[in-house]
Amino acid sequence: MNFDVNQIRGLFPVLHQEVHGKPLIYFDNAATTQKPKQVLEALTSYYEKDNSNIHRGAHALADRATQYFENTRESVRKFINAKESAEIIFTKGTTESINLVAQTFGRKFIGKGDEIIISTMEHHSNIVPWQMLCEVTGAVLKIIPVHENGELDYQEFEKLLTSKTKLLSVVHASNALGTINPVKKMIDAAHAVGAKVLLDGAQSTSHLEIDVVGLDCDFMVFSAHKLYGPTGLGVLYGKREILEAMPPFLGGGEMIKEVTFEKTTYNDIPFKFEAGTPNIADVIAFDAAIEFIDSLDKKAIKEHEDELLSYANELTADIKGFQPIGTAKQKVSVLSFNINGMHPFDVGQMLDARGIAVRTGHHCTQPLMKRFGIEGTVRASFAVYNTKSEIEQMAEGIARIAKIKNK
Amino acid sequence: MSSINEIQDEIVSEFEILGDDRESTIFYIMELGGNLEDFPVEEQKEDNIIKGCQSKVWLIADENDGKVHFKADSNTDITKGLISLLIRVLNDRTPEEIIHADLNFINRIGMGSIIGSQRSNGLASMIKQMKLYAIAFQTKLNA
Repeated sequence: MNFDVNQIRGLFPVLHQEVHGKPLIYFDNAATTQKPKQVLEALTSYYEKDNSNIHRGAHALADRATQYFENTRESVRKFINAKESAEIIFTKGTTESINLVAQTFGRKFIGKGDEIIISTMEHHSNIVPWQMLCEVTGAVLKIIPVHENGELDYQEFEKLLTSKTKLLSVVHASNALGTINPVKKMIDAAHAVGAKVLLDGAQSTSHLEIDVVGLDCDFMVFSAHKLYGPTGLGVLYGKREILEAMPPFLGGGEMIKEVTFEKTTYNDIPFKFEAGTPNIADVIAFDAAIEFIDSLDKKAIKEHEDELLSYANELTADIKGFQPIGTAKQKVSVLSFNINGMHPFDVGQMLDARGIAVRTGHHCTQPLMKRFGIEGTVRASFAVYNTKSEIEQMAEGIARIAKIKNK
Repeated sequence: MSSINEIQDEIVSEFEILGDDRESTIFYIMELGGNLEDFPVEEQKEDNIIKGCQSKVWLIADENDGKVHFKADSNTDITKGLISLLIRVLNDRTPEEIIHADLNFINRIGMGSIIGSQRSNGLASMIKQMKLYAIAFQTKLNA
């Protein structure tokens, strides 16, 4: 379908409501996106017609559910251009995907004195799992600094890379600032010293075209709910040879080949990492979300969102007291800011009074906030269904709020 | 001096004048923060921070002639406004009055829906801390 924002909005029931007597303007998309009708219908349809446990049932419903579940795996494979669907593992979310890699790959292949590189702009979920791993193994965490404009300090990154580096785990697009990192270059540089690379795609997959083969990342992680899909579902992509060499994460049903009390042998990938009954309904509904994105074409999405972001930049630029945080050249559609003399929470609450939903606070990136010497920001993040008129209303709200302390 | 309930009635009618416009109501709450007494900078310390608030709220109290006097500050304007309302109702009362005060103005003006759940929890923590101060002073006075 052609990119028609009004037509797209028609697919999202939640957008058509009033909040505090004003039409809802939903700008909290980096936290979670809304879900199109197709996704909601897929969820209902699964429970109404196909509900069944997958993979081993000897009946028609189980067969159908299994087929739909595995169809999504294949759609995800295509969506990120992986070589084979066995390299796609379903998890609870980005956070679990990173923890899985830390607790399996990390414990087996990262030892005392080895180094893991992350950056100052990581989400806590790409910091804490590595700290936990370092505590157990004696490995060392190295941090890439961030420039004032919110871009990574690439020269410092290159200095951190040594033969001790075993893993680079870096965010593709920053949730707090929107910065798109030069990940292809970073992946090649990390590989040159023999390190593996995990790419946190939580914020990039909904905005950018993803090609894991072209990027050559060893792992990529992301969440369905930031991609117009259901909550509680994430993806871990890993290269086959690495996933095969990794020990399992959780033990239980589904992940085994044979269990005896003497010795258990494990199933092949991806099932080795999917212990227990998975989140069947949400996986199946996720297929509808991917289909929705594919129907729009990622290039058109990026163009639309870029236009919204530059319009927002333009309308806020001259507001007295407006302080943008993160002005990298390459950004996804995130506008992070503060207003001089005001607490971000107050600004968020005043925008809420106008029906405008934004996020305020540290965005689970406390070290990054510390780097900028701030407690938090107000973050407006735009998606396919947002409009220029909504941006105008936000800018009007910000101008009115800023005036309180910046006359 | 008006009673606790008279002051609560006053506050309720002030909010009624503002009507349903949420933005004006929030602006008004922020303005109320300006009424707070100056808070000593040296008292902006960890010990005086009220636990359970998302924003930082410092609260101190002393007792004179059997009456409790509160001073408070916050790093956000809306929170300053909220605590200023509590202080307006509870300041310079006896510990007994504070402990038994039924702060019904909060529900009467529908504060919960104005400020949201996070801040409502914070507001409850502020009230709890003020009552704890009152209990402590009462114990001291009865000793």
